[in-house]
Amino acid sequence: MWRTILRRVLIMIPQLFLVSILIFMLAQLMPGDPFYGNLNPNSDPATIARMRHAAGLDQPLYQQYIHWIDRVFHGDLGTSYAVNKGWTVTRIIASRLWPTISMGIIAAILTYVFAISEALLSARHENKTIDRILMVWNTITSAVPSFVFYFLMMILFVYLIPIFPASGTGIDDSQSFTTSFFSNLRYAFLPAFTIALFSTNSIFQYLRSNLLDQQAQDYVRTARAKGVTIKDVFRKHILRNAFLPIASGIGYSITGVLGGAMFAETIFGYPGIGALFVQALTSRDYTVITAVMLLQGFLALLGGLLSDVISAWVDPRIRVK
Amino acid sequence: MAEKLLDAQDVSVEFKIAGEYQKALHKVNLSINHGEVLALVGESGSGKSTFAMSVMGLHNPDQTKVTGSIKLNGNELIGLTERQFDQYRGVSVGMIFQDPLSSLNPLMKIGDQIAEAMTVHDKHTQQVSNRVLGLLDDVGIVDAKRVAQQYPHALSGGMRQRVMIAIALANEPDLIIADEPTTALDVTIQAQILDLIKEIQQKKNAGILLITHDLGVVAEMADTVAVMYAGQIVEKAGVEELFNHPKHPYTRSLLRADPSDVKPGETLYAIPGTVPALKDMDHNKDLFLQRVPWLDESVVNANVKDELQQVGDHHYVRGTAWQNFEFNDVTEGENQV
Repeated sequence: MWRTILRRVLIMIPQLFLVSILIFMLAQLMPGDPFYGNLNPNSDPATIARMRHAAGLDQPLYQQYIHWIDRVFHGDLGTSYAVNKGWTVTRIIASRLWPTISMGIIAAILTYVFAISEALLSARHENKTIDRILMVWNTITSAVPSFVFYFLMMILFVYLIPIFPASGTGIDDSQSFTTSFFSNLRYAFLPAFTIALFSTNSIFQYLRSNLLDQQAQDYVRTARAKGVTIKDVFRKHILRNAFLPIASGIGYSITGVLGGAMFAETIFGYPGIGALFVQALTSRDYTVITAVMLLQGFLALLGGLLSDVISAWVDPRIRVK
Repeated sequence: MAEKLLDAQDVSVEFKIAGEYQKALHKVNLSINHGEVLALVGESGSGKSTFAMSVMGLHNPDQTKVTGSIKLNGNELIGLTERQFDQYRGVSVGMIFQDPLSSLNPLMKIGDQIAEAMTVHDKHTQQVSNRVLGLLDDVGIVDAKRVAQQYPHALSGGMRQRVMIAIALANEPDLIIADEPTTALDVTIQAQILDLIKEIQQKKNAGILLITHDLGVVAEMADTVAVMYAGQIVEKAGVEELFNHPKHPYTRSLLRADPSDVKPGETLYAIPGTVPALKDMDHNKDLFLQRVPWLDESVVNANVKDELQQVGDHHYVRGTAWQNFEFNDVTEGENQV
């Protein structure tokens, strides 16, 4: 088991390098540069050239990359050009991290709670009314872009029935940690609840069909032939087998939380990593964009690792001695 | 004579397919005495497993109608509620299935799967783990302690089938249903598993309902043979009588199609056609005759009674077509696969 994990961690190193190169190239491909639109249109070309030189933007690409990755290794992700001008990227990300984590965790937990309950209900009443309703509901939520629902929820619970705050994180550094923590929960709940409510589709579909598949398996017949009641066969045999494939997705869910939710954070005015990314994109803040993408790439790889470990942990067939 | 272990009278089974009930089993009469091995033979789709599932009460009640009477030790099984059935499944009757890999829960340790067979009927069973080891010992697993801690994927096919047998035996049932117990196994393992089943049967004096299409297995294991076609029994006899004096055209075709008698270079006899679909089964006729191309239409379409006629000592056959039945080997084509 530990050897498997170690091997997977070692594989991550070259993967991370590849991801970093890819991200760097993608950032370069974006039109314009950090000074674009931020300069006095009347600046003379020599000034612009001097500024570009100071930022290292006139060097060949590979040198810029080496320079950049070297600094990343030393924990220096650069300085923001636009979003929070003058702040280091590390500081910006640090300030956005907690709201993203708190909302992400609530959203992830609620998503699983909703999706699992829906799937259990659906599978137990296959082809009955409740199953049909849930199928239609999940088809709608997967067909309609999520931001549409975010606006609807915003209108409903912020304007029509104003029980949730319109924007912000509720975090106040001048207050004690507990006060700040609970105040944040109030701000995080609506976006988290909304994300969860409308993103159950893939887990629901997957789990529902797993549950139905597993009910038809031979080992279920064996258990019934032993005299195990239908209810106990479901509880002791089918559930675990049906949840197995879901478990491997949990790794991605956990790390995905830190990557932020772009649409939800932006629409609900909840300044986390996702909203930061959107801001950085629109203002072409290269250093922030690359940093967030690097963070997300790293998290995706970590998610894969976690998923593999979880799978090996719950499935004896994958366990390697 | 003592009470029969299993006594099935006029068992019919209908499946609901696309909203309509269709008959898969028609008035099957079968009985098994204590310590008797009854082989139920027939090709795929003839209804063998359907019968076994009726005895186990494992048909989906929403889509299946089972009528007639099945008595186990004199107790009627048809009409029992799920709860009542649960209490006798695994206790009075144990079942061994065809594919031992898919028949075991991949996420549960071998020992736990065997233990469950006991604890499900008696939560206060003492020394379960010792009894599990004892059972594994009984079915010829050498390293019982280690195997009990393993998961199914770590075992070989033969070992898994031994585990399945241990599960079926857990509560010392009077009747064991073995549904093609060796079909999924290597030929070299088949003989071992058959020997094991035979040994256990003799030791415990259990009755066995052996479902198979392998006539070699029948010859080795069975006391009595019932041949089934399209949901009906067409012939029933003692094993020697049936092999020596087969009467019904289907029995004779099956015996003729047995590959074990074929010498190298000889063409294997194959029964032409397939078992008809459920909706095409007219159980008033001898349905097998449709697959004998050289028979006269008046013979094929003749109405035949459900009851079997006695033609010898404990030997019963359905219909009269067997009296004039001969293989038509004039044309080479019939023999070809």
